Amino acid sequence: MRVLRDLLRDYRFAVSFTVLCLLLIMAILSAFSPYDPTFWWHAARDLRPSWTHFLGTSAKGQDIFWQATYAVRNSLIISVIAGTVSRVIAVLVGMVAGYRGRLTDRVLMFISDSFLVMPLFLIIVLLAMLVRERMNLVNLGLLLAFFGWAWDARVIRSQILSLREREFTLTAVLSGTKTMKLVMKEYLPFAAPLIFSTLINNMAWAIGMEITLAILGLSNMDIPTLGTMLQWAISYQALLLGQWWWLLTPVVLAIFLFIALYWLSVSISEYLDPRTRIQRVGAK
Amino acid sequence: MAFVKRYLIPRLISFVLVIFLGVTAVFFIPRFTPSDPVQRTIAQLQSQGSYLDPGSMDSMIEDLREMYGLEGSMLQQYGAFWRRVFTGDFGVSFFQFPTPVIELIRTSLPWTAGLLLWATLLSWTLGNLIGGLAGYFSRNRWSRALDTVAMIIRPMPYYIFALMLLILFAYVVRLFPIAGGTDIGRRAALSWAFVSDVLRHAFLPALSMVVLGTAITFQTMKLIVQNVNAEDFVQYAKLGGVKERRIVSRYVIRNAMLPQITNLALALGQILSGALITEIVFSYPGLGTLLFNAIVTGDYNLIMGITAMSILAITTAILVIDLVYPLFDPRVRLM
Amino acid sequence: MNGVMPSTVLRAEQLKAFYILDAFGTEKIVKAVNGVSVQIRENEVYGIAGESGCGKTTLLKALYSAIEPPLRLMGGRVFYVRDGEEIDVYSLSKEEKRRLRWEYISYVPQGSMSVLNPVKKLKDSYSDFLESHVAGKTRRDTLAIARRHLHELGLPPKVLDAYPHQLSGGMRQRVTIALAALLGPRIMIADEPTTALDVVVQRGVIQLFKSIQESLKNTIVLVTHDMGVHANVADRIGIMYAGVMIEESTVERVFEEPLHPYTQYLINSLPKFGDKSVRESAPGSPPSLANLPSGCPFHPRCPHAMDVCLQEMPEVVDVGENHRVACWLVEGGGDGRAA
Repeated sequence: MRVLRDLLRDYRFAVSFTVLCLLLIMAILSAFSPYDPTFWWHAARDLRPSWTHFLGTSAKGQDIFWQATYAVRNSLIISVIAGTVSRVIAVLVGMVAGYRGRLTDRVLMFISDSFLVMPLFLIIVLLAMLVRERMNLVNLGLLLAFFGWAWDARVIRSQILSLREREFTLTAVLSGTKTMKLVMKEYLPFAAPLIFSTLINNMAWAIGMEITLAILGLSNMDIPTLGTMLQWAISYQALLLGQWWWLLTPVVLAIFLFIALYWLSVSISEYLDPRTRIQRVGAK
Repeated sequence: MAFVKRYLIPRLISFVLVIFLGVTAVFFIPRFTPSDPVQRTIAQLQSQGSYLDPGSMDSMIEDLREMYGLEGSMLQQYGAFWRRVFTGDFGVSFFQFPTPVIELIRTSLPWTAGLLLWATLLSWTLGNLIGGLAGYFSRNRWSRALDTVAMIIRPMPYYIFALMLLILFAYVVRLFPIAGGTDIGRRAALSWAFVSDVLRHAFLPALSMVVLGTAITFQTMKLIVQNVNAEDFVQYAKLGGVKERRIVSRYVIRNAMLPQITNLALALGQILSGALITEIVFSYPGLGTLLFNAIVTGDYNLIMGITAMSILAITTAILVIDLVYPLFDPRVRLM
Repeated sequence: MNGVMPSTVLRAEQLKAFYILDAFGTEKIVKAVNGVSVQIRENEVYGIAGESGCGKTTLLKALYSAIEPPLRLMGGRVFYVRDGEEIDVYSLSKEEKRRLRWEYISYVPQGSMSVLNPVKKLKDSYSDFLESHVAGKTRRDTLAIARRHLHELGLPPKVLDAYPHQLSGGMRQRVTIALAALLGPRIMIADEPTTALDVVVQRGVIQLFKSIQESLKNTIVLVTHDMGVHANVADRIGIMYAGVMIEESTVERVFEEPLHPYTQYLINSLPKFGDKSVRESAPGSPPSLANLPSGCPFHPRCPHAMDVCLQEMPEVVDVGENHRVACWLVEGGGDGRAA
């Protein structure tokens, strides 16, 4: 709790934490939605925002507010899946590479670097094109997870490298601790905060990719996500027809989500990094 | 000699290996996915209303298989694919039949290259300069204000930012054209009319990339400079009463640039992706729009071609940057 | 000590410098320099001794006016004496201070290993320092000056064409010291110049300081916890403890007749040739500068502590023969060593 209080002193954390809580509430609200998101025409078309429909309705006859709750929920689900699975991969690769060193390290880092260097966007597009029909929340999450681990594997690896040099490692090894146990029980608590902050970054990236894929038409358009909502609005020429509420809702929600996630990750990683922490401790 | 052995050779080897890996990945992906490109194309044609009788369907399948390089055993296909990469002949485009893919790429490439080059150069220079000064004077009010601005801009994905610019400056305030590379019907010539036309159309896409790129570079540079500032040799120069201007340029920025060069190399893949997406939003006639059309029409040859060429281009650019780095950092010269 | 001695070149009056830290809501004050007054003379080597964490480095920073947040000057003044005139350092403008640096007073920091710009050759670093203070010299002139300077100090001039990472640690240290002497400053301050070097290189460094002092006839303020170095080089020594100067005298008197109990422990703990008796050091450990004991900071460890020692900080008393002590056992004239 003290940690939370310390973190809240940073305005970035406070703002982003609040925003994220609000978005989470929105996502939970989706369970109470009076409308099924995959149905069309359950409300009158193209209505402006009013008390019955907070954010108006779309040309497909859907209430935008309740659509948005589903959209937020689904985008979050995708990003959580992508984030956690890619964390697992990144942690495994980073820890093994960092601890084993030598050839294992070189090979793993080479693979990881290749992922970084290549225009992943194009490869993801290629893949998405080919599995278009099978695309649902989980699959998209897994697809993104497969490509999102490279950067953070490196970050975790450097953390492990520095831990390896510490005294307690020598003690553990000399007292016969097995590698797996050492890595899991001793290193993980150190790496956990780092892993958490990279998780947040990765989630933001995943949401961004999801929206991009949706705009390119590579997503399953029936499932409401921030991306598909945006794509529907664009393809129905919402802007030209003056239905700004349909276009702006996903855009504004997405912007809030990105900024909040980014601020969250920056404030957390600054809190963790001893050097920047001292800077906060600095002059009066 | 140690330099060649310990620095040059490993990088050349990894250069070759990455290209090998990338091209192989591009080769294998369509072949290992549950859908068959040929079947999809046929399905697409049929859904668009063309009718194919069984006889012509078979010959169509054969033609398609040849076009997509799906003839022969896997090994033969692999070899054929490499031949394609080396000769640059990726077959014929589907959506612009019968133009060869390489032709399409060649027409779109200059647009993308121009946009990329200028945008990257500008944003890197600007970002490093402003970030460097902000990092040095980090307690200043304007430095912290800029930091907040960057914090808001940076997490924006390229297309959302591009979309907002498009809405603001091409729709709400009709300053710039909504789409395209030049006005329709304009002939390419070395005249002012043509050049200014190109510039007008390229302005918003470039702006979008430059602003985002600068925000990102600014932030990293500011952090790096703050760290460099605390380094012993900078503190020492201050103790020695070295003139501040010298300290900023020769001690701080000069040293902070080193990790930034490496960062640039690592970011090239993302910058390219961002450029493509931005082009799509503005319908800018570069590789991005080409890619978009390829996706919509299901043109595999074109997508493979663009992907393979991008991999080649980026890996080469990274190699060049790697080779240039020792010019800036004498410690790496190993001599 | 009142009045300015005629050959004083640097004077500090009741200097107080604290680190003020704000750690997530709680304030922490580290009293690194807690009321120090010294007078340092021309043409002498003044050593400052004391354990780690007693405030020596902060004192140097305060004397050099290199104070930056979170370090703050809480009181006192520092005077440089130039051409017979006293200059109050902390009343100078930034530019005036900058101009004094290197020309009048220079600094050899702790850990001289990494103080040189890693991406520039040594000759460029030398030019930076030179050209920032001396106008109107061409590049060739500056190089010639640097080469001559190094040659005079017995260092190979071709070292100027090297990058810092190409030189050994000891060579870098000596090059840094030579750089500090480049403009012939009246005062040179050195913070632990021999620490982390092997004994052979240490000797070279000490020789270098000696030869600089002899040729320039300037003042060198040398901080180190190594009493052997002080014995070798220093003319006078000041002993620091918990942010205060507790004793100061010529090097002979400090070694032969230490008056303050802490100094006595310090001297007694030094190994002597042929003497194999057990060395005893002061019991306990030095206090945290953030949490100083009341009165005299040494009283928790002092075997002769009296009531007054817990209540009031002793004043500095001049006992003659260039010897000053701050201890309640010593009261103007008497030598007060308890039996």
